[in-house]
Amino acid sequence: MTYRFTTGEELLEICGEKKMTIAQVMLAREVEMSKRSAEEIRGQMLDSLNVMKTAIQAGLHEGVKSVSGLIGGEAYKLSQYAATHEPLSGRDMFQAMTNAMSVMEVNASMGRIVASPTAGSCGIVPGALVSTGLRQGKTDEELVEALLTASAIGFLFSRNATVAGSEGGCQAETGTASAMASAAIVEMMGGSPAAALSAASFTIKNILGLVCDPIAGLVECPCAKRNALGTANAILSADMALAGLETAIPFDEVVDAMYRVGKVMSPTLRETAMGGLAATPTGIRIAERIFGPGHGRG
Amino acid sequence: MVDYSMFDILGPVMIGPSSSHTAGAARIGKMAHKFAGDDIKSVDFYLHGSFAKTYRGHGTDKALLAGVLGFGESDDRLREAFEIAAQRGVAYSFQEKDLGDLMHPNSVKIVIRRTDDSEVVLIGSSIGGGNINIVHLNGIDLTISGEHPTIIVRHNTSKGIISGMTNILMACNLDVLYMSFHKKKNRDDEGVMVIEVSDVVSDEALRAIRTFPGIVDVYLI
Repeated sequence: MTYRFTTGEELLEICGEKKMTIAQVMLAREVEMSKRSAEEIRGQMLDSLNVMKTAIQAGLHEGVKSVSGLIGGEAYKLSQYAATHEPLSGRDMFQAMTNAMSVMEVNASMGRIVASPTAGSCGIVPGALVSTGLRQGKTDEELVEALLTASAIGFLFSRNATVAGSEGGCQAETGTASAMASAAIVEMMGGSPAAALSAASFTIKNILGLVCDPIAGLVECPCAKRNALGTANAILSADMALAGLETAIPFDEVVDAMYRVGKVMSPTLRETAMGGLAATPTGIRIAERIFGPGHGRG
Repeated sequence: MVDYSMFDILGPVMIGPSSSHTAGAARIGKMAHKFAGDDIKSVDFYLHGSFAKTYRGHGTDKALLAGVLGFGESDDRLREAFEIAAQRGVAYSFQEKDLGDLMHPNSVKIVIRRTDDSEVVLIGSSIGGGNINIVHLNGIDLTISGEHPTIIVRHNTSKGIISGMTNILMACNLDVLYMSFHKKKNRDDEGVMVIEVSDVVSDEALRAIRTFPGIVDVYLI
């Protein structure tokens, strides 16, 4: 068992010793564990990539409505705006954010997505990583490689902290998704494994403490827009790492800090829809409109 | 579980919006389908806890029904579960019901009536990230996770069943990862064994189990 790692530090050691990328180590680990061939594993990841690409497109051209009616049509509106205006955040960033919102709308309307790492954060890896890859002219093979990098980072959060909003708040869900996308962008653009972990650290430090307060308990509002934020966070953090900025606090300690912040977060702010935006008068009214009187509070 | 596969992290591929309330629900439904088969007359769902509170907004109802009709969590037809059930003449209902304080908040009791009027009663919990546990089957409390290939054996005697099964598995070169033995309260003539194994179960192994004295039924999950 040569490729098993449990921390970022161990991952970097293996990468250094074997002169491998994070993606290559993650693939070798999966081959070791599953006894499946590298080709077979890459093939399955390509299927996931194609599900992401389809979801990116789905919301851009037609009005998608969620089951509850709370969200839908935002990605379409954004792309209409970009057709007639110069987005202030820049073309590439705006496209990535729009794509993330599209995937979230597909999710909320019972369409097919890849939980990355969760359904509530499924817009960020396609939005930040896949969109950037496509804009940079990367091939499917390179994008699959980047998804391997992303899964390695997500594994470390799952292993050493949590990716569930009910345990760690939104920082654990969209935060982990941003960290995954950010590190994968860095490696895809030729950055070192250490730079990739720096990028992942930046994303978490930027949103540490973000609460999970879904209106009516549904994965829609504010989740879709937080996926847009997470996408921007991933791309900014990747740029900072590629420019050579380094994290002051090592990756593993950042992961641990996120976990501990989640632990002391009030349960009302961990997916129970009993705090934050969900507990505002309007949030409660929306919940009662969807589920009936008495369902407004958690 | 600390040895996550990369596809536990980037995955599952699923129909949204929620891994626990939609994908997990479809998986519980599909598990019920494994026991009930295709000849279904009606199905009643009793939704507990968070499932009861938010099932409409998460499509939990459609996902459960689609699963019972045999569709998986990544099947586009999840959305049209109500229409497909109507086409197939399967009656269905959803009710909120408290299944007890100890029950996981995302749980459902499913009662299926087959066309021959036999019943399948199952309780399943969606425990996060799309993972599920079946905790009750036809009057017997048990645990089925469905993570590995699982053989479910219903038997009408307790004598010699465990050694019989382990002998068959050894002869078929199957490693047992987990095995549990459940009896209906105060009854010796009705029990269930849950056997998780490491590898694909051959038809030959299933045949050997099915023809063993005292075995009423065998299911492969």
